[in-house]
Amino acid sequence: MDHVIRAEGLRKAFGATQALDGVDLAVRQGTVLGVLGPNGAGKTTAVRVLATLLKPDAGRAEVCGYDVLNDPARVRAMIGLTGQYASLDEELTGTENLVMIGRLLDLSRSAARGRAAELLDRFRLTDAGGRAVKTYSGGMRRRLDLAASLVNRPAVIYLDEPTTGLDPRARNEVWETVRDLVADGATVLLTTQYLEEADALADRIAVFDHGRVVAEGTPSELKSRIGLQTLAVRTAELHRTAQLAAIIAELTGERPDVHEGTGLVTAPAYDPAVLPALVRRLDEAQIVAAELALRMPSLDEVFLTLTGQSTTTTAKELERTPA
Amino acid sequence: MTTLAIPPRRISPRRTLRHGLTLAWRKVAQLKHSPEKLLDTTLTPLVFLLLFLYVFGGALAGDTHSYLQKLLPGLVAQMTFIGTMGLGIALNEDIHKGVFDRFRSLPIARSAPLIGSVLGETVKFCVMMTMLVGFGMILGFRFDSDPLSIVAALALAYVFYLAVCWIFVLVGMLAPSPDSVQGIGFIFVMPLTFGSSVLMPNIGTMPGWLQAWVKVNPVTHLAESLRALMIGGPMGNHVWYTLAWAAGIVLVTFPLALRLYARRT
Repeated sequence: MDHVIRAEGLRKAFGATQALDGVDLAVRQGTVLGVLGPNGAGKTTAVRVLATLLKPDAGRAEVCGYDVLNDPARVRAMIGLTGQYASLDEELTGTENLVMIGRLLDLSRSAARGRAAELLDRFRLTDAGGRAVKTYSGGMRRRLDLAASLVNRPAVIYLDEPTTGLDPRARNEVWETVRDLVADGATVLLTTQYLEEADALADRIAVFDHGRVVAEGTPSELKSRIGLQTLAVRTAELHRTAQLAAIIAELTGERPDVHEGTGLVTAPAYDPAVLPALVRRLDEAQIVAAELALRMPSLDEVFLTLTGQSTTTTAKELERTPA
Repeated sequence: MTTLAIPPRRISPRRTLRHGLTLAWRKVAQLKHSPEKLLDTTLTPLVFLLLFLYVFGGALAGDTHSYLQKLLPGLVAQMTFIGTMGLGIALNEDIHKGVFDRFRSLPIARSAPLIGSVLGETVKFCVMMTMLVGFGMILGFRFDSDPLSIVAALALAYVFYLAVCWIFVLVGMLAPSPDSVQGIGFIFVMPLTFGSSVLMPNIGTMPGWLQAWVKVNPVTHLAESLRALMIGGPMGNHVWYTLAWAAGIVLVTFPLALRLYARRT
């Protein structure tokens, strides 16, 4: 059993909206699949189907070899789920939430308490363990929610936008946790709107748009599939920036962007041979390059190319959607 | 990561009950943290008792003491409906806040969270009965039967109370918002609890159509059973009708609630 998560042709419609329009996914054991896409791309729907919370209209899916439709109880025994919003009992304390889940997972009273203490310690919530969850900050809730999904040491973990709305420090903590989980052998499916997050954590990325996987591969495969590289050059002598830009324009046949403040000149480059050519020309013109690079495209650029939707649009949509 | 043994495909009834009790404990823990949630449960029996006793007592029975003897068992019956509405509201909140998503993703029986919410209402039942009977006795109510009958009376009220809880499980699952649970609840709580013999044991002065309704109303059967068990008097078939109603309510609402809960949409 190489692929721990396997989905074929998943379809799901909500009224007129086709949330999933034939999704195939395969995740190898011990790896992270980053599901990347804007709001409404179908990411959460896919997670809910794989977590047995939602029945697909068509298609099939297996988790650890168990069919999500025919064998939901077994699938549930293998998975941990952390949703977009923290699904905790706000009235109870952190400890009580974890003990309750431990008891529901058939741990003895003392084992459930032990596991709760262990997880609170791991997520640095020991001091807050006796407080009601409604007094927790957003980051603390997210950590407790993550802890709650790990009580049964699941083989497969779904993280549905685990860092949305978190400050950078809390986000880094979640990232560290994900890396720890994978180091322990867990398989993670992570949805995100942040390209940086998928790039940082995922072994493979599936880009979702309008309920379909529009691209799939490792982060570097995706970048190279786009084929577009960026030439970025800056000279230490700022007054020669215009001359530099002219050389680049001549070499690439494109109009370069010049950043006013830093003097960084960037232009798309289609031919890798542009770099040695540029070095020769700079040498001839006796321009000293302070920075000289042929950059892989950022995931933002990948996304824009693949879905025709810029991430700025996504950010705006995010603002309109209440958390 | 430990290798997991093959988990069972089905969850046994014993495990389901244990999970249900764990989730009932959750309700108890909630009350422990915010005891103010029991305020209405505590005060409603007192307000009902005082109001009905002193507003109707003199006119209906000549004096308040003889009315109190009839009224108290009736109010016990009425409380089975008044106290259960909170369950529907809490359940609806659970669904909308995502707590139920967590339960749904755990390898527990579909019925466990529902059984848990119903059993968790036991605390409220105990508080209401203590307040009602305790305060009633301060005002002069006296049991006029043997201890076994008193226990049977409270047990019957509890069984019926649990059955009514299932109605509110259904309402809580169907209602679009926690606020609307209350509105929907009142639509049938009012005619069921007031259109009965709870306040007025002698139904002979009511118009024929209302008498017909009162006679089939399960709350009437429960009230009359409780009167017979608590203060003596003819029992008739009221206990059997009450139990049949309780069974009927659960047989209809439980499978429906389960289907709604298991629905994966």
